[in-house]
Amino acid sequence: MSTRTPNQKAWWLVLPVVLLVAFNAVIPLMAVVNYSVQETFGNNQFFFEGVRWFEQVMQSPRFREALTRQILFTAIVLAIQVPLGVAIALAMPRKGIGLSICLVLMAMPLLIPYNVVGAMWNIFALPDIGLMGKVLNDLGFNFNYTRQPVSAWITLVAMDVWHWTSLVVLLAYAGLSAIPEAYYQAARIDGASAWAIFRHIQLPKLKHVLLIAVLLRFMDSFMIYTEAVVLTGGGPGNATTLLSIDLVKIALGQFDLGPAAAMSLIYFLIILLLSWLFYTVMTRGEER
Amino acid sequence: MARIRLEALCHSYLPRPRDDEAADWALRGLDLEWADGGAFALLGPSGCGKTTLLNLVSGLLQPTRGRILFGDRDVTALAPGERNIAQVFQFPVVYDTMTVFDNLAFPLRNRGLPEPEVRQRVAEIAAMLDLTPQLGQRAAGLTADGKQKISLGRGLVRADVAAILFDEPLTVIDPHLKWRLRSKLKELHQRLGRTMIYVTHDQTEALTFADQVVVMEGGQVVQAGTPVELFERPAHTFVGHFIGSPGMNLLPCEVDDAGVARYAGVAVATASQGLASARGRRLELGVRPEFVRFAAEGIAVDVTRVSDVGRHRIVDTRVRGDGAELVKLLVAEGEPIPEREGHVVFDPAYTRVYADGWAVK
Repeated sequence: MSTRTPNQKAWWLVLPVVLLVAFNAVIPLMAVVNYSVQETFGNNQFFFEGVRWFEQVMQSPRFREALTRQILFTAIVLAIQVPLGVAIALAMPRKGIGLSICLVLMAMPLLIPYNVVGAMWNIFALPDIGLMGKVLNDLGFNFNYTRQPVSAWITLVAMDVWHWTSLVVLLAYAGLSAIPEAYYQAARIDGASAWAIFRHIQLPKLKHVLLIAVLLRFMDSFMIYTEAVVLTGGGPGNATTLLSIDLVKIALGQFDLGPAAAMSLIYFLIILLLSWLFYTVMTRGEER
Repeated sequence: MARIRLEALCHSYLPRPRDDEAADWALRGLDLEWADGGAFALLGPSGCGKTTLLNLVSGLLQPTRGRILFGDRDVTALAPGERNIAQVFQFPVVYDTMTVFDNLAFPLRNRGLPEPEVRQRVAEIAAMLDLTPQLGQRAAGLTADGKQKISLGRGLVRADVAAILFDEPLTVIDPHLKWRLRSKLKELHQRLGRTMIYVTHDQTEALTFADQVVVMEGGQVVQAGTPVELFERPAHTFVGHFIGSPGMNLLPCEVDDAGVARYAGVAVATASQGLASARGRRLELGVRPEFVRFAAEGIAVDVTRVSDVGRHRIVDTRVRGDGAELVKLLVAEGEPIPEREGHVVFDPAYTRVYADGWAVK
């Protein structure tokens, strides 16, 4: 028999958080759900439409193209940033003034506002006056990100790598410095090569921080908006119109609230599903 | 395989240590020789330089000065992997993602041994360490003592290993398993005859494991000898109080013109010879509580406390007179202890005079 006396006062203590979450997440999300099943012609009049917007979004080639571009972009930046970040972290000095300099340099891109990053790269890559664009053209490359999709993609990826690789570096560095010295000592005595040390000590010990790094980079890159809009605005044509950019065009450009809401929900579910997938795959085979 | 010889070994962790500054040095001029196949212990308080010494022998550190020889081969400049040395650390080191088998095979595979030979060596060592049932398991899932056995196994599988070094290997092991692992070590040493060097600050571990114990303090060797030698003939007062429980009694004494030690006005017979030459230095009388007993006459003392520690009783007494020094006695069960006052005598064979800390021979 339970001897506990029920104390309902605790609910009051939870209330602030419940309210915060409600106004912050639940109510806006429910508003989106609400829009996604209705049609409006203005005058604040709404008509129930069922799942029509969802069907429309799923069948639209425009959505599929944006999604394909989005997946491609995220795959490319993950494939570059994670290995590059780990490589930089491994090459960083372990102590002294060199370490401080590296850490400051690494933190710098993370402290710059997103739209400033976009503007910086916009100018940096200009073919006539930008340092990168001018140099590339002087070297004989035909580089113009406002006209050529490939140039636009290269600039976009380069910008994201510049902006976010340091996050992976900092996480990986923290993970590396948490490995006790005895592991390296034992490996030296066991005659392990540098590759074996990386493969059997450093990489396994980095697994958990890398999981965080991959999840963060996946979610952020999948939702990229500001930098890309400032840099290319989705162009040339629709070449760099990623999901968020397309969504804003539909919601605020065309004012198609229903389809935009349906698309938001599908977008949200894709991120949720892929995050869960990453997490499950990367933590597979661990003891509970 | 090879005896290990250390010649004038000095080490400092500072980039530019000063010769005349003892505090700059972790090790100050060590000369030691470990015979092949022995079980040795390095015993000393934290910070005495014993781990530094171990890391110098294994090659994890490069000595500032001096040489290390395995047999006649100078290994001072060799990397740890080239030295035929294995080391077991304070915290168990296993390669988490590998199975127990792969962990044990790792040092062999790194050295390019053919796979059938690897399999045979690993099976042999696993059987010795009682790890055979776990060979297929992930090493990360084992208990601390299991992991420590793997660390040890990675040293044992290598046929070329000249010595296995242990750096306080039982620190993180549960007390009841400590005893088992220690007997296992002892057993393996007897079976394999490999040189084992065991670093610890625990005198029980050192004295039960080793044939020869090196006591270190302040970066120097204070005494090297068998456990019995350390107990019966401490060469330095540090050994006297660091080894033994309770430690040795140390009493300020004088030596008279005839070369006889005198304490509290009483002539004390000692094992030290030629005391006259020691006059003028700081002199102390050292005798272990085991070798003090009550007698009808001798040094007059007051009994202040009796503590029962099982088969013995530890008796604290105060010497009557100016100094009122504390003298401890170990009295066997059943033997009488004076109520309040009495006299004590020291066994001459185990009583020594120490001049500035060092025993007068």
